[in-house]
Amino acid sequence: MRSRSCEFCDMCLGLTLLSCLGLDTATVTAADKTKAPRRAVGLVFCCTIFGATAQLLLKTGANQLTHANPLGIITNFALLAGLSLYGISTVLLVLALRDGELSLLYPVIALTYAWVTLLSVVVFHERINPIKLGGIAVIIAGVAVLGRGQKK
Amino acid sequence: MTTPFSSMALVLVGSVIGSFGAAFLKSGSAMLKDGFWRILNLRLAAGVALFLLSSVFFILGIRRGELSVLYPMVSLGYVWTLLWSRLFFGESFTPQKFVGLGLILLGVFFVGLGSK
Repeated sequence: MRSRSCEFCDMCLGLTLLSCLGLDTATVTAADKTKAPRRAVGLVFCCTIFGATAQLLLKTGANQLTHANPLGIITNFALLAGLSLYGISTVLLVLALRDGELSLLYPVIALTYAWVTLLSVVVFHERINPIKLGGIAVIIAGVAVLGRGQKK
Repeated sequence: MTTPFSSMALVLVGSVIGSFGAAFLKSGSAMLKDGFWRILNLRLAAGVALFLLSSVFFILGIRRGELSVLYPMVSLGYVWTLLWSRLFFGESFTPQKFVGLGLILLGVFFVGLGSK
């Protein structure tokens, strides 16, 4: 399980760097104004990946906890990493909200359900069934409709 | 299995609290136009605090009951947020927003239904 959470960290670090680069190159200029709403949807998209990874890390950390050692919470790497990723995902959401409409961007967070369900199959070998898969497909369709709504 | 009223009430209250959290985040995010480090402001702090509070309600709420009922109720927060977006920030209602939100709520219902 430990090696798995490290793979996660690598992936997340990479994503953080990528999104920081994206932010740097895309600071608000006049020519950029038209692209800003699209970038906002992209930021929320990243936010959902970070949020889902955070939830999986919290689950991993919670699985490692024992009742005998309550202090384990503050020394548990997976829990701390999960909380940090939540922090990063919140920052990404705020940056997105700066440039886009709340009513369009906020429901996109529902993608987190999709990632958590899919990643739980890979990481925790949880079962997936057609109903869940269908639900994920419908959520993604809904987010796609909202993404289109960004075009003005 | 049926869903107890207390669970529904907790999740519903949580969804309202969370939607106000989103409104505070939106309102605080405007301050970032003066530079990234304005991210440390009171409105964003209030938004994050409301999110944390709402997750306490959600965790208590979904311990008992059917997820096919409770998950979509968590997502009702998106509907409240749609209202606040228009009320506080003057954002328009568009067909895309209603269709997109409707599909998301339906999808969340199915994910909850499959999670039994």
